Amino acid sequence: MTREWKPRLVAFFCNWCTYTAADLAGVSRLKYAPNVRVIRLMCSGRIDPQFILEALAKGADGVLIGGCHPNDCHYVEGNYKMLRRFQLLKRMLQDMGIEEQRVRLEWISAAEGDKVRKVVNEMTEALQALGPLGLPGRFEEWDREVEHLAATVQEKEAAGCACGAPAEPRDTEVAHV
Amino acid sequence: MAMEKQNQEPRIGFYVCHCGTNIAGMVDCAEVAHHVGTLPNVVMSKDYKYMCSDPGQELIQKDIAAHGLNRVVVASCSPLLHEHTFRGAVEKGGLNPFFFHMVNIREHDSWVHTDRQEATEKAKALAQAAIGRVAHHKALETKRVDINPTTLVVGAGIAGIHTAMTIANAGKQVVLVEREPTIGGHMAKFDKTFPTLDCAACILTPKMSAAGAHENIRLLSYSEVTKVDGFVGNYKVTIKRKPRYIDEEACIGCQDCIPACVFKTPKFADEFNEGLGKRRPVYIPFPQATPQIVAIDPNVCLNFKKGENGDRVVSDKCKKTCVEACGDKDAIDFTQTERFEEIEVGAIVVATGFQTYDATRSPSYGYGRYDNVYTALEIERLVNASGPTGGHVVMRDGKSEPKSVGIIHCVGSRDKKTNAWCSRVCCMYSMKLAHLLKEHTNAEIYNFYIDVRTPGKGYEEFYGKLLEEGVHFIRGRVGEVTDWAMTPEEEGKLVIRVEDTLAGMVRRIPVDMVVLATGLEPQKDAQDVRRLFNMSCGSEGFFLERHPKLAPVNTFSDGIYIAGACQGPKDIPDTVAQAGAAAAEVLALIDKGYVEQEPNTAFILEDECSGCKSCIPLCPYTAILFDEKTDKAWINEALCKGCGTCVGSCPSGSIVQNLFEDQEIFSEIEGVLAYD
Repeated sequence: MTREWKPRLVAFFCNWCTYTAADLAGVSRLKYAPNVRVIRLMCSGRIDPQFILEALAKGADGVLIGGCHPNDCHYVEGNYKMLRRFQLLKRMLQDMGIEEQRVRLEWISAAEGDKVRKVVNEMTEALQALGPLGLPGRFEEWDREVEHLAATVQEKEAAGCACGAPAEPRDTEVAHV
Repeated sequence: MAMEKQNQEPRIGFYVCHCGTNIAGMVDCAEVAHHVGTLPNVVMSKDYKYMCSDPGQELIQKDIAAHGLNRVVVASCSPLLHEHTFRGAVEKGGLNPFFFHMVNIREHDSWVHTDRQEATEKAKALAQAAIGRVAHHKALETKRVDINPTTLVVGAGIAGIHTAMTIANAGKQVVLVEREPTIGGHMAKFDKTFPTLDCAACILTPKMSAAGAHENIRLLSYSEVTKVDGFVGNYKVTIKRKPRYIDEEACIGCQDCIPACVFKTPKFADEFNEGLGKRRPVYIPFPQATPQIVAIDPNVCLNFKKGENGDRVVSDKCKKTCVEACGDKDAIDFTQTERFEEIEVGAIVVATGFQTYDATRSPSYGYGRYDNVYTALEIERLVNASGPTGGHVVMRDGKSEPKSVGIIHCVGSRDKKTNAWCSRVCCMYSMKLAHLLKEHTNAEIYNFYIDVRTPGKGYEEFYGKLLEEGVHFIRGRVGEVTDWAMTPEEEGKLVIRVEDTLAGMVRRIPVDMVVLATGLEPQKDAQDVRRLFNMSCGSEGFFLERHPKLAPVNTFSDGIYIAGACQGPKDIPDTVAQAGAAAAEVLALIDKGYVEQEPNTAFILEDECSGCKSCIPLCPYTAILFDEKTDKAWINEALCKGCGTCVGSCPSGSIVQNLFEDQEIFSEIEGVLAYD
């Protein structure tokens, strides 16, 4: 990466309200930060928490979720289902040490093109201030650490160090994501 | 044929559209095409000026044949605009239409960003995501659903009446629902219509009675829609029939009951005449009301009293002279209660109209404080021959005619403190009223305007005619209307204080009567109606059309259309044109006989389902069922609407949504982030 770091924001927008609002922002020629990449789903209820984690793991610095306002869901109540998952996910992200501002849920109706502009700009600013999340890099670091640890243990075992390590060397399978 | 290609190696064709300069002006299309050309599975990558044009679509078809493409990605405008077009092109090229994905680099990119390099990078990332995704696409079949040929029209003003008549004349059944006791809406209250000055009643009432008598129209007046279930082609609608305490079948419209009422003189404010006239508890809104059935107002009728819950219950205290007058027709029924009726329709047209701005919200103009400040709608009734004064223009004292009248334009329009939009009709109706008031009273008429807006056939000519008639036009937004006199001439008058921006001075103009040209705004329950029909509202509260230019009567819910001023302020010609358009959309839907539904439904992988049942309560359409024998859940595809809520929540990942499979979305995530 030779260029200056810029926040990378992945957004999941529901087809009926927020995606349409983003279209409206376009038709109205509102201008906002180009850091956002929108993925369209039929309903915010479709958003699996794994999508959010996957986006962060693959290098996003933040994730924005956009759905219809409560009571306005095209599918009656998909947005409420998303809200429930979001509350749980937030606690999990907190435990993982991921800052709260990195994942945001916003209700944006089809008429609120300006809210898309505002929210994207706000989030871009917040992420700019937080700096890179850099999970892919961190994963590599952790892998290296574990590999290093494994190598050290093997070395010590080879040197006949009786430090209570198991006699048989274990497979050092490293899993992430 | 399409199915055979499913398991082949993806051979993707990518096309990036310039959209003239709409995209190419901010995105380097050639660079995007070049980048995508280097990605795996991409067989060819091109940029083209207008992909949606015929040559653009043919390009896709030719390439499918020439290069053996089995997947197509187009980067252009919003899929909500042209996904359908390109799917059609792909299908014509011999592929299953769902081997296609669209990238939005116009609304979501070139139109909203200002840095060419950044916008180009974004386009590349979005395109890369689509390339990753489309490889996982599968051949899908659209599902056909039959259309119920009956249509519901909600609101029976001129928009609703015209829509209903057009559909009914084509031989289709229509249910026309109106919440007032009569149809006709606002237009029935108008005296004359601009710019032709033909009388509103003369052109509307024949249409009203034709609609009321039409063999294909079932008119449900004094009724409201309370619930809407279902989807395009098959809606189940619950309608509340409010009690009018008259048996609609038995009433012959003789109106003998009205003069027979124990109230010898009309005593209660008459809504149809904007409260300027009086009516009895038993009444018919106006002589040509449709249906010709009286109604009893339980809030003032002596035969009702306040019940325990604050509602009105029968007291049986009245002598019921009305019942006597009705005689053996026996149409009066005090025991009536609200009834709910369920009907099934295939399409719905919402034509619920507008309300006028409440002039008391602009206190500086004195409405409600000074007797002789009127709203324009009140003047419509006052100049009307069937109005409360028989067309005789007198002020609130009931005898004196105004010698001078000031008409204030843009009350509750073009003002950030109230409503920011132009209400479109006020300039024209103000001039119409100026003409009528001058004709009736020969008074001096002053129009106070910001701009005179006359965008319509014959409108500017009408303005010219008014100028020739000697009506005064003063350019400036009125500061206030006051009764504080500074000179003897101003004594007893209403003084209009205004900055005349053409003369460059502040003026005080004393007049006898002030007319406020109140603007149009959404009905106060527009938000409830919007929810009922699963529509959206614009920021000002009018119902949102699917596309402002290309789908002006469609909404985001298939099978639900809008017509008239509920979509935005408009005059009668535009309303009728839009009503006709809505009717045409409905007829196109009904005549086709079926709709093709997006095959984005979900299904359960039986082998993977653990039978935990956690998905079952999540489905708002009860489409997920549980098979006790196999201990697995299954989805009734006919009921599934494709939201994907169950898919996102299945703990074992055993539910799959067509077009939004996990793998497709993961590829998209990877794609948008892979490019740096």
